[in-house]
Amino acid sequence: MTLSQPGKWEKYFWPVLTAGIFLVFWHYAVIASKSNVFPGPWKVLGGAQELMRKGVLIGYIRDSLSRVGVGYGLAMLLGVPFGLTLGWYPAASQVVNPVIQMMRPISPLAWIPVAIVLFGVGNTSAVFLIFLASFFPIVVASMNGVRNVPSMYRRAGRNFGLSPGKLLAKVVFPAALPQIIVGLRIALGIAWLVVVAAEMLAVDSGLGYLVIDARNSGNRYDLVIAAMIMIGVIGLALDLIFRRLEQIKSIRWGFRLEA
Amino acid sequence: MTEEKVKTPAAKAVKTKLRATGINKTFKRDGTETSVLENVELEVAQGEFLCLLGPSGCGKSTLLNICAGFLSPTTGTVTIDGEPVTGPDPRRIFVFQERGVFPWLTVEGNIAFGLAKLSKAEQAERIAHYIKMVGLQGFEKAYPQELSGGMKQRLEVARALAVNPDMLFLDEPFGALDSITRLIMRGELLRIWEAERKTIIFVTHDIEEAVQLADRVVVMSARPATIQTIVEIDIEHPRDISSPRYLELRDGIFNEIGLAHKI
Ligand SMILES: Nc1ncnc2c1ncn2[C@@H]1O[C@H](COP(=O)(O)OP(=O)(O)OP(=O)(O)O)[C@@H](O)[C@H]1O
Ligand SMILES: [Mg+2]
Repeated sequence: MTLSQPGKWEKYFWPVLTAGIFLVFWHYAVIASKSNVFPGPWKVLGGAQELMRKGVLIGYIRDSLSRVGVGYGLAMLLGVPFGLTLGWYPAASQVVNPVIQMMRPISPLAWIPVAIVLFGVGNTSAVFLIFLASFFPIVVASMNGVRNVPSMYRRAGRNFGLSPGKLLAKVVFPAALPQIIVGLRIALGIAWLVVVAAEMLAVDSGLGYLVIDARNSGNRYDLVIAAMIMIGVIGLALDLIFRRLEQIKSIRWGFRLEA
Repeated sequence: MTEEKVKTPAAKAVKTKLRATGINKTFKRDGTETSVLENVELEVAQGEFLCLLGPSGCGKSTLLNICAGFLSPTTGTVTIDGEPVTGPDPRRIFVFQERGVFPWLTVEGNIAFGLAKLSKAEQAERIAHYIKMVGLQGFEKAYPQELSGGMKQRLEVARALAVNPDMLFLDEPFGALDSITRLIMRGELLRIWEAERKTIIFVTHDIEEAVQLADRVVVMSARPATIQTIVEIDIEHPRDISSPRYLELRDGIFNEIGLAHKI
């Protein structure tokens, strides 16, 4: 028991209070600045309602999420096994690692021209960008996860007579899973950043498109801000899913320093 | 093959379980070679409790890993039941300090780890049996992070025993525990050993621990380690640790290692 353990009410009270103060500040800051372009919170709420009424908001959210679902899903499906393999065979990683390390710092946005050449302007390009952006962090996390498995666990596994395949499935993978989850979580965050950027350039639907479109078609900053808030809220929700995963007991051990 | 015999404290003739002959081990690091073990000869009888004792860094873990098949000696051979050791084997389980339990599995899951070949019913029976033996009832569904150090250590012992090995290798298994838990664990290990009569090689650098547990204490010199002497502990269990014979044996080992028993 620590003294600074927050009470249950505090868990909700402080974030709500912070958000409230922020809204009040925003409201009066807009009034004080006498801006007629930048909307206050009420106007943004009205904009969001308008989008809901027209039925575009749900459609755009669905489009953005499905792009992330496909691109990120593919990156996970290919990246985890690939990373596990690289971690398992150090010789293979020596060959591939320099390439990965070089590709990794390239911003996914720098790939936009390449994506357009390869796939044209459209959905496939956006999905490709999301795939690229999430693939490398997933590979690297999975590879390092395997490499960092304490040798004691592998030895214990071998001691109980496990074949190499079983050892990978029953010891190395679960031992590396907390690190893999961290990689997946980071990659999902990046994927969500990238989908918005990709939609600004390459497609005509989605939340990123909404931001650009609302601005271009008549400076509707209330819609811009509404879209931005949606982007933030969904990003937060996606992150919370992973935080939930990290709480599972067969994974949580990897996140507790004192364990 | 002729039946091999070694002497035990009770002077009973019993079968040799493990025989290490002419073991040398050198490690290469940064181009320099360090000799860790030199010409180690060791025989362990079936059902014997043997302690390896020696100063830190002398090569006890190295020797134990060679016996368990995790390392191969530079020269020399280890045979168990007359067969040369070429790798780890589920018939002989290595127990690490508590950290060897799998944190992603429950207590039950850990004990069941080596039991995949058994039917579900047999698994359940073994799990229940060994949970009871090591006193973890009520913690079947708990994860290692919810257990104390001593409980984790008992879990690892239970996981090892559950596959019914005929040998156990323990590398300073109680080293990370507090002194009270350590004493309790020694008692429990002896109780289990007396019930199951596994052959045990137990590494420690604690002289008292060695004299309390072992049939024979193998005293190793500093690196490169050779076997300096082997001391038979001819005291019946349960041992009275204030008896003159206990103190005599203990002090004998203190002198052997070159430590005056005074601070
Ligand atoms: N893989 C390795 N490569 C190089 N040197 C090693 C390796 N493993 C062990 N050594 C060296 O061998 C020596 C003996 O190590 P070992 O772990 O067997 O000692 P120990 O007697 O078990 O010590 P402790 O009581 O501290 O556990 C040490 O000096 C160590 O540096
Ligand atoms: Mg050691």
